[in-house]
Amino acid sequence: MEYLIGIQGPDFVLVAADTVAASSIIQMKHDYDKMFKLSEKILLLCVGEAGDTVQFAEYIQKNVQLYKMRNGYELSPDAAANFTRKNLADYLRSRTPYHVNLLLAGYDDHDGPALYYMDYLSSLAKAPFAAHGYGAFLTLSILDRYYKPDESVEFILNLPAFNVRLIDKHGIKDLEKLPLATTSTS
Amino acid sequence: MALASVLGRESAFFNNNKQSSLGVNLDLHVSEPQDFFVRNAASADVFSGPEEKIEFLHGTTTLAFKFQHGVIVAVDSRATAGSYIASQTVKKVIEINPYLLGTMAGGAADCSFWERLLARQCRIYELRNKERISVAAASKLLANMVYQYKGMGLSMGTMVCGWDKRGPGLYYVDSEGNRVCGDSFSVGSGSVYAYGVLDRGRREDLSVEEACELGRRAIYQATYRDAYSGGVVNLYHVKSDGWVCVSQDDVADLHRKYLDEPK
Repeated sequence: MEYLIGIQGPDFVLVAADTVAASSIIQMKHDYDKMFKLSEKILLLCVGEAGDTVQFAEYIQKNVQLYKMRNGYELSPDAAANFTRKNLADYLRSRTPYHVNLLLAGYDDHDGPALYYMDYLSSLAKAPFAAHGYGAFLTLSILDRYYKPDESVEFILNLPAFNVRLIDKHGIKDLEKLPLATTSTS
Repeated sequence: MALASVLGRESAFFNNNKQSSLGVNLDLHVSEPQDFFVRNAASADVFSGPEEKIEFLHGTTTLAFKFQHGVIVAVDSRATAGSYIASQTVKKVIEINPYLLGTMAGGAADCSFWERLLARQCRIYELRNKERISVAAASKLLANMVYQYKGMGLSMGTMVCGWDKRGPGLYYVDSEGNRVCGDSFSVGSGSVYAYGVLDRGRREDLSVEEACELGRRAIYQATYRDAYSGGVVNLYHVKSDGWVCVSQDDVADLHRKYLDEPK
């Protein structure tokens, strides 16, 4: 099952997504990137139904970039999140709803870091930490217990491999990929 | 769909008709359009909607993988209607243009129609932009076309293979909306068997001959285990200047050959 996690720190947002693209029992790709760069300081993490994820995320991505071209400045993370949610809501009761679960992480130069949780029913919540997938059941309680808003957090996840990125005032940075710990022979 | 209504049968209930009529008379002229339809437990769940949904099944094995000298594409050639083998000589590789290939799994009509439409779009792109279309763009065109019909019963699992200015290109596109770029894929009911052999034997430094043999062997092993794959192994090699059809080997001949060989 696909997994996303985001954690907001004092002046950054840390996000990670698993890198598996599976189709029933077959792992089609083990290095698939589920993050979409909406702008220099906004990332959209998207999981859900095959096809819907890429189509919806790319639609949002292109529209955010269009806003920048038309107006000369970028959408703020808050505005981008609300725009995304509105689109999800509009399509929800149409013939073609998008079955996607999202995390939107961004850094606003005025308001600082922000993390938004959205799901396929187009709910939107700004949260200090959030996760999607079965893994969320296990990690949310850890975060509830140990999260402190003013500390940078190091977290360890035991799934095959992850794409980890950090957003702060300098932009989006790729952190090292977390691989499965290799044991000797097996 | 249209054919069924013209022939006066109940439209869309292909499977039900098949199971009942297959025992006695084999209406080949009706079963022809439904070549690949074999019940596959894994994919049956996908179309568990209302009864009008046509159940398309993926009795086939196709594979493709990239290596240093291009892309190898290998497919079987069996078509089944239930437990009846309708044909052993089906062409499951669609030649989109001299440097792009598409493979066929799922509904035969869906694959060949949409890939033919893709060929048309690729040609229009070439005329408008005075350069060949990239594999990424061609696969994106196909994915976007079928995404419009998502949930309406299309069944297509195809690999778009070619060589463009970024080197060898391989994309998997299906009617669910998946589109992924990768180094190797296998599609169909026999794909699981082919993956095993393919993943084991694949190396970056394969020679052309070794790569062809790997593709051939992987399809053969899949036809050995999967009842719905068989016939002939069609092998293509996509090079920088286009694709070539490398070989066509009957699975029975390969069986005899591999039996004699030491492991």
